Amino acid sequence: MNRLVYGSPALSDNETVLIRERNVTLFDGFDESRFQEGEILITTHRLLWGRPEAMARGQKCLTFMFAQVTDVEEEPPYHYERHRKVVVYLDFFPDPNADRAIPESMFNFIKLCFNEGFSSDVIGNIQRQMLYWQNYIPPQIPDNQPSSNQLRQIELRTGIVGIERGLQAKQSLLDGTLTLAFKDLTKLMCMAGDMVRLSKVISKKIKDRQGDITEDETVRFKSYLLSLGIDDPVTRDAYKSNNQYYKGLAKEICEFIITHIEEMGGMMALPDVYCRVNRARGLELVSPEDVLNACKLMEQLGMPLKLFQFSSGVMVLQLCNLDGESIAEATAVLVEDCGSLSAEELSQKLGISVILAKERLLVAEKHGKTCRDDAIEGLRFYPNLFLTKDQ
Amino acid sequence: MGETEIAWPWQYNFPPFFTLQPNPETRAKQVQAWKALILDYCKQSKLYLIDAREADNGPLFNNASINRKLDGAVIVSILSEMQKSGHAAPVDKAKHRWEVYWHTLDEWSSMIYAHVYSKGLQGTVLTLFELSQGDDVKDEEFYGMQQDVLVKALQVLERDRKCELILSDEDQGVKFF
Repeated sequence: MNRLVYGSPALSDNETVLIRERNVTLFDGFDESRFQEGEILITTHRLLWGRPEAMARGQKCLTFMFAQVTDVEEEPPYHYERHRKVVVYLDFFPDPNADRAIPESMFNFIKLCFNEGFSSDVIGNIQRQMLYWQNYIPPQIPDNQPSSNQLRQIELRTGIVGIERGLQAKQSLLDGTLTLAFKDLTKLMCMAGDMVRLSKVISKKIKDRQGDITEDETVRFKSYLLSLGIDDPVTRDAYKSNNQYYKGLAKEICEFIITHIEEMGGMMALPDVYCRVNRARGLELVSPEDVLNACKLMEQLGMPLKLFQFSSGVMVLQLCNLDGESIAEATAVLVEDCGSLSAEELSQKLGISVILAKERLLVAEKHGKTCRDDAIEGLRFYPNLFLTKDQ
Repeated sequence: MGETEIAWPWQYNFPPFFTLQPNPETRAKQVQAWKALILDYCKQSKLYLIDAREADNGPLFNNASINRKLDGAVIVSILSEMQKSGHAAPVDKAKHRWEVYWHTLDEWSSMIYAHVYSKGLQGTVLTLFELSQGDDVKDEEFYGMQQDVLVKALQVLERDRKCELILSDEDQGVKFF
């Protein structure tokens, strides 16, 4: 938008008006500017934008020459929007001292947003004028006396080379934006590296001083630290094939998670596994798919954990020595102790997720250990008196 | 009809009894218990007809004390199960109204014939009213039997050529052989 200048709406000698449109808002690149809902005038030489009535009164308007235009296209409209947007790529105005619309901008294009669409052939006209002015190197614009070194060579944008050049320009702009966006992240990563190192030092110290610690909080802190952090995370880069990588990952996950799974009653839902593994890895995060693939391998690698899928589709990692029968048995005992249980109550009792609790109850039901009561208050499970109680 | 005298089984106060169980083994036991309860209930309250849509009204399918009731669709499926053993039959095509036979029609017919035989009434004509409401049958189990069910039971006998039904509009009777 720094390529637009203020200029008089008065037409020069051989300039004629081609199109006039109302209710047009200017965008500086992707951002809406303060130049809203004005009129535009397309002449044989330039495009003018002014507040309503400003042009008629001869007040100054924003303008760019068609000689500045390097490309023009219409932004694909969303089907539910009435307005249409035209993107115009611009070079700098020949005169650097001209009164610019805004001093600085990171975009080399502006958008004309026609809030109520347009009836005339705006794009075609701009294109025609652009081509005309590209092939016609103007002598000098009167009024302005630009010094020779500031006179910019106007690029030819025709043919395949022109299109390629345009694409390249867009690409480099995008790269710039991305680098800028990730700059902060790099710093953060450096800091996180330090943090991990620090936590390792602390956990090592605590390990060395085992026995000295008595206070509750310190013990808990220690257990947190120990459960946090995989020293040397397995990464994809270290392996040549996916299969090898998954095997390595499976081993790592298994070693790390098995104590937690034992604590949780022998079973953990896959989302929990994923979260814990990634928390422990800290930086080198793995994708859910990688975790799933790694877990799938566990059984055939003979690890003490295996992936199990309930008939509802819920997937869990569970201890190999855990089977449906023993789960059903254990759940039935709990249900019997309490008289009846809902999935929520069981989840609270065992400290597991509600989904897992429900799965346990369903397994027990499947084995004929419990029976359900589906009332308005919700689904509850009772000891299966139908089978156990004599008639 | 003396509902208080009905000895409810333990299942009646067991909430899962009112939810159809998905486990086939459990469900079999549950349906069996329902069958026994329905027949028992009908027998004690001399009920010949059940309307699945009006299940909420009676205590049979609606245990107000534990706030549970059996769903209409489940009732129909249990009654359909009973139909297989000849203990129930739908009256309308939509399967809303069901006749319940706590004795199967075969049992009813042989019971009636045994009564007729013992009284030596072969060869005579009895009205259906006499057969179900008469003083002679006061002590029989089929006393007070609903006419539709009675006719069906007699039709079984008719098939065995033990009687002949006379179903004119005026007087409906039956002649035993």
